[in-house]
Amino acid sequence: MLNILGSSPRIAKVPWYKRFLMYWVNHFQQAVGSLGELWRTPMASLMTMAVLGISLALPASFHLLLKNAERVTASWDNAAEVSLFLQPGLSEKTTQNFIQRISLYSEVEAVTYISKEQAIVEFREMSGFGNALDFLDENPLPAVVQVTPKPQHASPAGAKLLLAKLQQEKEVEQGKLDIEWLERLHGMISLVVDSVVAIAFLLLASVLLIVGNTIRLNILNRRSEIEVMKLVGATDAFIHRPFLYTGLWYGLIGGMIAWVLTSSLVLWMESAVIRVAGLYQSDFRLLGLSLAEFVFMLGLASLLGLVSSYITVKRHIHLIEP
Amino acid sequence: MIKFEQVSKVYSGSHQALQKVDFHLQQGEMAFLTGHSGAGKSTLLKLISLLERPSDGKIYLNGNDISQVSRRHVPYLRRHIGIIFQDHRLLMDKTVFENVALPLVIEGYGRSEIERRVMAALDKVGLSDKAFCVPVHLSGGEQQRVGIARAVVNKPPLLLADEPTGNLDPKLSTEILKLFEAFNSVGVSVLIATHDLGLIAKMRYRTLTLRNGKMSSDGLLGGSYA
Repeated sequence: MLNILGSSPRIAKVPWYKRFLMYWVNHFQQAVGSLGELWRTPMASLMTMAVLGISLALPASFHLLLKNAERVTASWDNAAEVSLFLQPGLSEKTTQNFIQRISLYSEVEAVTYISKEQAIVEFREMSGFGNALDFLDENPLPAVVQVTPKPQHASPAGAKLLLAKLQQEKEVEQGKLDIEWLERLHGMISLVVDSVVAIAFLLLASVLLIVGNTIRLNILNRRSEIEVMKLVGATDAFIHRPFLYTGLWYGLIGGMIAWVLTSSLVLWMESAVIRVAGLYQSDFRLLGLSLAEFVFMLGLASLLGLVSSYITVKRHIHLIEP
Repeated sequence: MIKFEQVSKVYSGSHQALQKVDFHLQQGEMAFLTGHSGAGKSTLLKLISLLERPSDGKIYLNGNDISQVSRRHVPYLRRHIGIIFQDHRLLMDKTVFENVALPLVIEGYGRSEIERRVMAALDKVGLSDKAFCVPVHLSGGEQQRVGIARAVVNKPPLLLADEPTGNLDPKLSTEILKLFEAFNSVGVSVLIATHDLGLIAKMRYRTLTLRNGKMSSDGLLGGSYA
C-alpha cells in the first residue's frame, strides 16, 4: 500500500528507529503543548477543572465521612455484652463453678458476677423505686452474669452464637443480648453506604460528561486545523493525541483540586470535632485522605478524563473530513 | 502517474459531477485541468487525493488501484501527494515555519531534518526571510507560496493544485506557475486546475477540459496534443 509513490528514489523514508524516537518526542511535545493550550485560556480551563474538582471532592468527602464514622462505631461493636440470668436458688459453689467454666470459653473475654444482693442495691440506687422495694418480702431480682465476648466474636452474629451456646448451660435461666440497636445501626450505615455509592457514580458520570463536552467544543473550535492535518496526511491517532492529553490534564488537575478541597474540609472540621470529642472524654481525631487514597483519587480522575476524551475524540474527529 | 478509467461521480441528490472520465497523466508530466465553474475540476482533484470516492470506474496512482485503499491507509497515501488550495488552508495561529513543517512532523522527522527541509522549501518559494511571521501578516501571493512550500516540503512525486492563482493578479500568477514549472523540471508530476485561460495559453502545456462533468478535450489549447 505504501508504494503508491512507486520506486521514486527522491523519497528518503525516515528510518524506523528515528520514527520510533520521534513518536515519543511527538508525544511529549503534544502533552506539553496541550497543557500550554489550557494555559492560554486560564479562566475557562480553571473553571472546567474546578467543576471536576468539586464533582470529585463530594464522593471523596463522603468516603472520609464513612471512614471516620466506621472508626467511631467500631468501638461500639465491642460493647456488645451478654447478660445471663441465673436459675434461682443456686448455691454459691455452683455459681462459682459456673463462672469458672464459662471464663474458659474461647469466645469469652471477661465475666462479671452480679449477685442478687448487689443487683438490688444497684436497682435501689438507679431506679428511684427504693421505697417500693421495702414492701416486698424477698428479693425478686436474679443473680446476673455479664459476659464480654472477645473482639473477634463481638459482631452481632458472633455474639448471637455465643448467647445460644451459653443458654445451653443448665445454670442459666435466660440469656439476653442487647444488639437490636447495633443491628439497626449497621443497617443504617449500609443504607448510607449504598446511597453514597450511588451518588458517587452519578458524580463520576457527570465528570465524564463535562470532560466530554469540553473536549467536543475544543474539537469544533479547531475544526479547520484538523481538516488541514488530515489533508497533509496525519493519521487519526496523531490528531487524537493532543485532545487525549487535554482530557488527561483536566482529570489530573481536577483530581488535585478535589484533594485540596477535601483536605481543607477536614482541616475546617477538625477543631469542631476535637471539641465535641473532648465533651465525650474521647481523643478522637478526624482522619484525612491517606497517601494511597490520594494516589487512587488522582489516578481515577486522570482515567476518567482520558476515557471521556477518548470517547468524544473517537466520535467527533471521525466526522470531520476535509 | 494518474490514470482514470471510466470514472463517474454522483453526489447525493443525484447531481452528476463526473461522467465516464478517462485520462492518463504520465510520471513527470505537467498538465492543466480547466472548464467552467461546476464542470467537475475540484471533484476530479478530490477523487485523486481520496477526499471523495468515485461512484463508478477505476483510478490508478502509479499503477495502484486507489479504490482499494482503506480509510485507515488514506493518510499514508496523502503524504505522497502535495495539495495546494485556492484558499491555501494555512493555520493562521501558527508561524510560516510551523505551517510548512506540519507534514514533516506528521511523518516523524527529527528536529534538525525538519529545520533543514523547511528552510530549503521556503528558500525555493522565496520566503526564507518570513519563516517566523504568522500568515496574516503576509500578502495573498506570499500566503499562496507558503501553501506551496508546505505541499512540496515532503518531496511528493505528485502535486495537485486547485485554482492556485484564483485570487492573484497576472504577474503573481505567472510567478506561481514558474514555481510549478521548476518542480516539474525535477521530475514531479503536476496537475493544476484553473479557469484562467490566458495563463494556460501563455504556458503551452497539455490541457484537459471538462464540460458538464465530461472530458471534452485533451491536448494543447488551440492545437492538438500528440
